[in-house]
Amino acid sequence: MTPPDQRFPGVRLHVVTGKGGTGKTTVAAALALALAAEGRRTLLLEVEGRQGISQLFDTPPLPYEERRVARGPDGGEVRALAVDPEAALLEYLEMFYNLRRAGSALSRIGAIDFATTIAPGVRDVLLTGKATEAVKRNQAGKPVFDAVVMDAPPTGRIARFLNVNHEVAGVARMGPIHSQANSVMAVLRSPRTAVHVVTLLEEMPVQETLDGLGELAAAHLPVGAIIVNADRPPLLTTTQRQAALAGALDRTSLARAVQAADVTTPRNAPTIEAVVEALLDEARDHAERAELAEQERERLQTAGPPVLSLPHIATGIDLGALYQLAQALREQGLGVAVPA
Amino acid sequence: MSATLWQSAHHLDVDALLADPSTRIVVCCGSGGVGKTTTAAAVGVRAAEMGRHAVVLTIDPARRLAQSLGLSQLDNAPAPIPGIDTSAGGSLDAMMLDMKRTFDEVVIAHAEPARAEAILANPFYQALSTSFAGTQEYMAMEKLGQLHRQSEADGTWDLIVVDTPPSRSALDFLDAPRRLGTFLDGRLIRILAAPARAGGRAYVRLLSASLGVFSNVLNKIVGTQVLRDLQTFVASFDTLFGGFRERAEQTYALLAAPGTSFLVVAAPEPDALREASYFVERLEEDGMPLAGLVLNRVSPVRLPELSPELAAAGAERLRDGDPQPDSAEALAAALLSLHADRMRQAARQHHLADRFVAANPRVPVVAVPALAQDVHDLDGLRRIGGLLAERRRISSGSGRQ
Repeated sequence: MTPPDQRFPGVRLHVVTGKGGTGKTTVAAALALALAAEGRRTLLLEVEGRQGISQLFDTPPLPYEERRVARGPDGGEVRALAVDPEAALLEYLEMFYNLRRAGSALSRIGAIDFATTIAPGVRDVLLTGKATEAVKRNQAGKPVFDAVVMDAPPTGRIARFLNVNHEVAGVARMGPIHSQANSVMAVLRSPRTAVHVVTLLEEMPVQETLDGLGELAAAHLPVGAIIVNADRPPLLTTTQRQAALAGALDRTSLARAVQAADVTTPRNAPTIEAVVEALLDEARDHAERAELAEQERERLQTAGPPVLSLPHIATGIDLGALYQLAQALREQGLGVAVPA
Repeated sequence: MSATLWQSAHHLDVDALLADPSTRIVVCCGSGGVGKTTTAAAVGVRAAEMGRHAVVLTIDPARRLAQSLGLSQLDNAPAPIPGIDTSAGGSLDAMMLDMKRTFDEVVIAHAEPARAEAILANPFYQALSTSFAGTQEYMAMEKLGQLHRQSEADGTWDLIVVDTPPSRSALDFLDAPRRLGTFLDGRLIRILAAPARAGGRAYVRLLSASLGVFSNVLNKIVGTQVLRDLQTFVASFDTLFGGFRERAEQTYALLAAPGTSFLVVAAPEPDALREASYFVERLEEDGMPLAGLVLNRVSPVRLPELSPELAAAGAERLRDGDPQPDSAEALAAALLSLHADRMRQAARQHHLADRFVAANPRVPVVAVPALAQDVHDLDGLRRIGGLLAERRRISSGSGRQ
């Protein structure tokens, strides 16, 4: 077998986080596809109960059951699972203690309800536990999944979320919960895990990314890549951008070029002057954004982890766009190597 | 662009809402990354400069409100924001929820000193109050209740603006009292709290009796030592739970009372608007007073009569001449393509907004255009506040006003 992933060869669990609105679910889905190439099987985990994955892949809402949602490029498959904490708890009880009947008894006294909705934190224990279980699952001596990708909680909560088992191991100082929590932490802190942070080239998401990286490092959690989403290629040359910012683009020559472009129709004709005025406004607005975006990119590049980039998809995200993004990830070394 | 559903939607008049002295609480809710915190801060600044005595409560761990208010750090107690124009007689305070300190303060205020000390030292309590998601929602409700009681008692504030926690569902905080109630009325709490009620050694017998078959199961799952720690925790906390529930229920009632208004915040993206529709439904079901939808970051449109098709064709025509990169022709081609992109993006946003209005025809809306610069100072917040108060149509206006 060739290394499953060029940049992160030993990683089996890819945790994808990002500030709200940065597209972390989209990136997680694209990464699951990128890792599922050439006959490999990946599992895409949803842990926040939003059903964002089924909407992306245009499938009915996911039950608590692993379902195939897409084929990988050149064979392979992506399965998806929306983790339901209550079902995960019952499954856990059965797997470790053979206690399914006890589960329904616990349910009657409200213990299951307590554990999954009221007791803060227990939920996160179950969700991270499910992810590591999928990583470790074997059939006939071989791992069932070549990789597991988790669409994780947002950057502001990610270190706390992944570190919850460390807290639990501190509270439950011995006994079965202690060992379970420790074994989950052992996977999450090992080189088998990588936490990728998705961001946009805007000030607040970048700040949150940098804060999140600090928190991950403090919790000894392994950071993977920074993934810049919806990255737009430069539209103007550096000279043009500077001129646009300074309000120094030449109107006369622009008016001549607009005239040559012939964008007016006889029926509904804005004057050349009005077109030039609007284009200059838009140029300045665009140049301001582009300038800020470049400043933010520089901040990310000094942060340490590799910075990858995914193009802005103007038409919106559908299954075709996911394959396109998956290909872009593979070309940057995240995912199965692109055949030469 | 022709008139659409969006353009016929009711207008959300933010100034009228803030000027109305009977408005006492404004809750900003919405999914993550839609500018909820910034909206809350902008509403606070605008209200204060209109003459209200406002306080902004943010619950966000990313300290974004602090950034946009130009402060390096916010405290767990409201602090005055410098630089507010007080000529209308108003003022602005702001604070950021520190959930551990809020929790500690509740324990210290409501338990006798010896017990409070025992609770604060318990490992379960320490984990619960610092590390676990979910505690935030309870503590947010607790803090809102505290601020409200304080302003009722001494008139410090006449308007509380609340930003909501970035939880899985941004309405989790609405469910906190009900969950706590279900739990406290359940059998589990009685079983776990049994030791405190029975006292001393007798509890072991009582525990086995009440747990029955469950004791073995629980022991097997969590281990004897952990179960004992947990019981000690629940036992020492027992007396506090009732107070928690009572206050959570009061705060919930406060949210449904006249004087409270919810602003649902969204961005013109499919996920954010889907969540917004869900919030609207949920608020209606719970009888919560909805003021309307704030649609943030709407792409401004310049010159709508230049269609994306014409602009793109014009750009193509210029590129056919293979112009030099820094020439006027290349510039015009790039800018015409940019215009086409922006028009298409605006059309997509328009379509999404229409869909929301079709599904929620009675909900008043206001659109706020996207700004090129991030907001991180008072002037930026004033500008957002001004845009919030404008009577604006989604397809008109530009980013440069």
